Amino acid sequence: ASTPQKFYLTPPQVNSILKANEYSFKVPEFDGKNVSSILGFDSNQLPANAPIEDRRSAATCLQTRGMLLGVFDGHAGCACSQAVSERLFYYIAVSLLPHETLLEIENAVESGRALLPILQWHKHPNDYFSKEASKLYFNSLRTYWQELIDLNTGESADIDVKEALINAFKRLDNDISLEAQVGDPNSFLNYLVLRVAFSGATACVAHVDGVDLHVANTGDSRAMLGVQEEDGSWSAVTLSNDHNAQNERELERLKLEHPKNEAKSVVKQDRLLGLLMPFRAFGDVKFKWSIDLQKRVIESGPDQLNDNEYTKFIPPNYHTPPYLTAEPEVTYHRLRPQDKFLVLATDGLWETMHRQDVVRIVGEYLTGMHHQQPIAVGGYKVTLGQMHGLLTERRAKMSSVFEDQNAATHLIRHAVGNNEFGAVDHERLSKMLSLPEELARMYRDDITIIVVQFNSHVVGAYQNQEQ
Amino acid sequence: SSVEQKMANYSNKLYHQLEQETGIQTGYLRTGSISLAQTQDRLISLKRINSRLNVVGIPSEIISPKKVAELHPLLNVHDLVGAMYVPEDAVVSSADVALALASAASQNGVQIYDRTSVLHVLIKKGQVTGVETDKGQIECQYFVNCAGQWAYELGLSNEEPLSIPLHACEHFYLLTRPWDTPLQSNTPTIVDADGRIYIRNWQGGILSGGFEKNPKPIFTEGKNQLEIQNLREDWDHFEPLLSSLLRRMPALETLEILKLVNCPETFTPDMKCIMGESPVVQGYFVLAGMNSAGLSLGGGAGKFLAEWMVYGYPSENVWELDLQRFGALQSSRTFLRHRVMEVMPLIYDLKVPRWDFQTGRQLRTSPLYDRLDAQGARWMEKHGFERPKYFVPPNKDLLALEQSKTFYKPDWFDIVESEVKCCKEAVCVIDMSSFTKFEITSTGDEALESLQYLFCNDLDVPVGHIVHTGMLNEYGGYENDCSIARLTKRSFFMISPTDQQVHCWAWLNKYLPKDSNLLLEDVTWKYTALNLIGPRAVDVLSELSYAPMTPDHFPTLFCKEMSVGYANGIRVMSMTHTGEPGFMLYIPIEYALHVYNEVMSVGQKYGIRNAGYYALRSLRIEKFFAFWGQDLNTLTTPLECGGESRVKLEKGIDFIGRDALLQQKQTGVYKRLAMFILDDHDTDLDLWPWWGEPIYRNGKYAGKTTSSAYSYTLERHVCLGYVHNFSEDSGEEQVVTTDFINRGEYEIDIAGHRFQAKAKLYPVTSFFTHKRRKDDVELSDFHGK
Repeated sequence: ASTPQKFYLTPPQVNSILKANEYSFKVPEFDGKNVSSILGFDSNQLPANAPIEDRRSAATCLQTRGMLLGVFDGHAGCACSQAVSERLFYYIAVSLLPHETLLEIENAVESGRALLPILQWHKHPNDYFSKEASKLYFNSLRTYWQELIDLNTGESADIDVKEALINAFKRLDNDISLEAQVGDPNSFLNYLVLRVAFSGATACVAHVDGVDLHVANTGDSRAMLGVQEEDGSWSAVTLSNDHNAQNERELERLKLEHPKNEAKSVVKQDRLLGLLMPFRAFGDVKFKWSIDLQKRVIESGPDQLNDNEYTKFIPPNYHTPPYLTAEPEVTYHRLRPQDKFLVLATDGLWETMHRQDVVRIVGEYLTGMHHQQPIAVGGYKVTLGQMHGLLTERRAKMSSVFEDQNAATHLIRHAVGNNEFGAVDHERLSKMLSLPEELARMYRDDITIIVVQFNSHVVGAYQNQEQ
Repeated sequence: SSVEQKMANYSNKLYHQLEQETGIQTGYLRTGSISLAQTQDRLISLKRINSRLNVVGIPSEIISPKKVAELHPLLNVHDLVGAMYVPEDAVVSSADVALALASAASQNGVQIYDRTSVLHVLIKKGQVTGVETDKGQIECQYFVNCAGQWAYELGLSNEEPLSIPLHACEHFYLLTRPWDTPLQSNTPTIVDADGRIYIRNWQGGILSGGFEKNPKPIFTEGKNQLEIQNLREDWDHFEPLLSSLLRRMPALETLEILKLVNCPETFTPDMKCIMGESPVVQGYFVLAGMNSAGLSLGGGAGKFLAEWMVYGYPSENVWELDLQRFGALQSSRTFLRHRVMEVMPLIYDLKVPRWDFQTGRQLRTSPLYDRLDAQGARWMEKHGFERPKYFVPPNKDLLALEQSKTFYKPDWFDIVESEVKCCKEAVCVIDMSSFTKFEITSTGDEALESLQYLFCNDLDVPVGHIVHTGMLNEYGGYENDCSIARLTKRSFFMISPTDQQVHCWAWLNKYLPKDSNLLLEDVTWKYTALNLIGPRAVDVLSELSYAPMTPDHFPTLFCKEMSVGYANGIRVMSMTHTGEPGFMLYIPIEYALHVYNEVMSVGQKYGIRNAGYYALRSLRIEKFFAFWGQDLNTLTTPLECGGESRVKLEKGIDFIGRDALLQQKQTGVYKRLAMFILDDHDTDLDLWPWWGEPIYRNGKYAGKTTSSAYSYTLERHVCLGYVHNFSEDSGEEQVVTTDFINRGEYEIDIAGHRFQAKAKLYPVTSFFTHKRRKDDVELSDFHGK
């Protein structure tokens, strides 16, 4: 009898898959010093869907201080997550701009002068921007800042970051909705804006300016702070709340927002209207528009949209839309020297790993294993065999650290390859990565990770200044 | 090496009787030792050692894995191919030995100052006068720097700094609690070099350490960096050695750990210890850098150093351990740190012929280095200088470093063969810039007078002549073997082996008259040396200089400054260090590239190609050219190696060593360098000779080889080596005559296998007239090479 031939990827093949999307950015130093509270970040993503529906963005704000980093988990296609990844940071940046700068930009556009740059993007070559929609997106953004200019009361109040984030999220979702309703004479764009609106995306965005860290979250991605205790151990501080059925407050909110008779139908089987896992998201107009509006847009839309069963399908018990919002929950954290890093990741990571493990693995990776407590026999009774077992285990851990130059890659390696003992098992890793496209999604979700490393010296200096 | 073997043997004997002599227990126990072989190559290396031990009277045997299991019940022997058993090896406690030695010394009037640190050594007019300590001054004539890891710093603390190149690495060994049922106290010590560990009994348990692949150098910045007492155990670092230990002795699993000791050891750039006198300060001696063999070599090393101090010479040739083999160039801390990281693992690595260090390279290079490298040169290093071994043709691949290790025919065999052939039939160029080059000039006749006193050959030759001559000590032994060209009536140009740069300089400075108008200059760095070897060298050179170069105009051993290409002032010498026709060109470095390019471009039509030192070596040895440092040393005289023609006893000057030679001429020599041609040796299938192989005459041990090479002309291996005449009864050395040599039947023992050999006292000239027959010519001979 012939046994089916086992196929395993070799370690180099595994590495090339894991590293295909990795990206690292180091904040440049000036005069030999890095004065930013961020040292840099590592990011990576591993697809399960084909094509991947997750997106990531990172950019430095040029007209205000601070850096923006975000992960976006798309569903029902990648159109919405792609659009959000391209557009959201502009909306945030504009929301943060003072009145004078907005005026200056508007005047420059009006008179055809060169524009002030707003964002410095830090992109992997695979992170693309849509060329075709660029003009459309720009016009929507311009309308937004024109409104901000008009709304200005003349008081030059300090801009509240929390408010700016909330406004930006809501405004972008609104624009996505409007663009789909209005349509576009260009048939390609017309179809694009509809796809964006009918698909959905969660967003988890961090804004870091000095010691001020804001996290705006919509959906079930998560932001986790890695804190190093005085004894060198690691603990995790969650900076975002998941918007899903596991969150009591979200369940409460949904019940309050809809009539009592819908209390049982609004969340069924832990899903919104029995369909959607995240309770907040961009796009997903199926959960936001009235039934009339949905039918009208689909009927007048292109054939491809009409042929799509998903878009045509109206959720059951759909009585009092909107059921879904893109409004983020914003948390604020003041960075301390013991806050070493921030992990932003889509639910693909958090489903497979406990937050405490995530923080420990990244922490140990970033500080290097040499900070691992050396073993000392002291006065204990230890046999050579016991010592050998202990050392072999430590070495196995260490070797997986040295393979990766990127903390996000290292985390993905653990997420996909961990065995029951929490050590990377090459065979398992190889099996998981050789799954055919059709099967991959059954074993895991897309994983997108950004690990932001903080500069403890700068953070400490801020603290001393203010004392 | 053989001198280290002798040192270890003496130590063993010394420690054995120490307890009796001093009454202090040293823990001396004759347990014997077993060196394990996990591979065939390791077994070959053990067999080579075994052959050498047997001939110096140390019992040892190659045993099977089964026998290993009988000798040591706890060993896993399943992965072994064999082992070497030395039954008389012993263990001692190092601290107790030190105590016993100190006490014996005290009894003989030695004063020992405890807890006293030396600040620096006091020197006046290049002579030690005392020591400044933290407790005051001590006057003395001799000072021995035995400061171990701190010897480097102490050496530099003098007003005239002395470079003692050594560097420490952390060294770990494990101590366990006792077994429940202790092993027999005479259970042999185990050396598992393939597993990188050693295991010995220790207070009912075991002591085991090793030499790991990734050593941790320490104290690079000096003494105050870290207290030696505060060194930490590092179990993660020890893990590979522990794995290896448990594999070898699985029963250890259940044995309890006592502790892991971190005890730094000192290593040197070439894995040999450092002893001898400072080249700059008289009376300043050094003994340090024991490469973790301090205990086993200590006794013998102490003996040799004592002889050195008392008689001026140790009783054995210790050049390979002599401080003067190094110079300031090996003194960089970065160099030492990198090099000892390579040296420490090497202690247990397989030692194969022609091993080159990989660290600390490309320090001294010829200006042609890049040009040669681009043409496929593979390099070896001597005294920091990069020298080409051979040139790999563009279409040829050689094995990777690890795979190329072999005791058999090496992968470059065909490459060197074509280089040798080109030297014989056309012309080759070899960059030989590493040779040590001195110029000695004076306003009057002092240069000639001094050199006549220092060298055994007659240097009062016409200007333009070159003289091969030895630089002898008072016992007639070679301190140096060199070529001296008389440039003018009052200036001489002296060429010596590469590693003579420090030693020869020190020797000359010691004997040349002070305060005279005599100038000695080291011009090594000023000249690039190209060796043009081959019958067509004369054509190349005459075309480049428009000067007739035929023997009538340019006889052999002649030196002339001339122009080559556009470059003027090139020192051309009609000698090649191989016995082949050709010329050495000494080129001021700024002209080197020009002259090389011209030679190569003109040489093209004569079939010129690059060649390396391996080809040179093959040519030299088949012509019985002995080389200082390998075949010649301070204990061999010209009369013992066929150098009579280079000694002019009657030149009218009582040169150094003359008396000894006169005496020797009367009594006869007790050893004689001969050339051996291996007869029944299959180059493709048999182990190759290297050096140190025992020579048997009529079935009796008669000496050891000093070097060997494959002769492409003879199509045989050629070994050089000394033949002794040990008395049948007493083993005493007797006179060796030409007749004695010629009447013997010889065998060379390579790793336990004896090959028949023919002994010659003069090169076999008839073989060399290799003429190509007319009908052998084919079209491919017209191809450029």
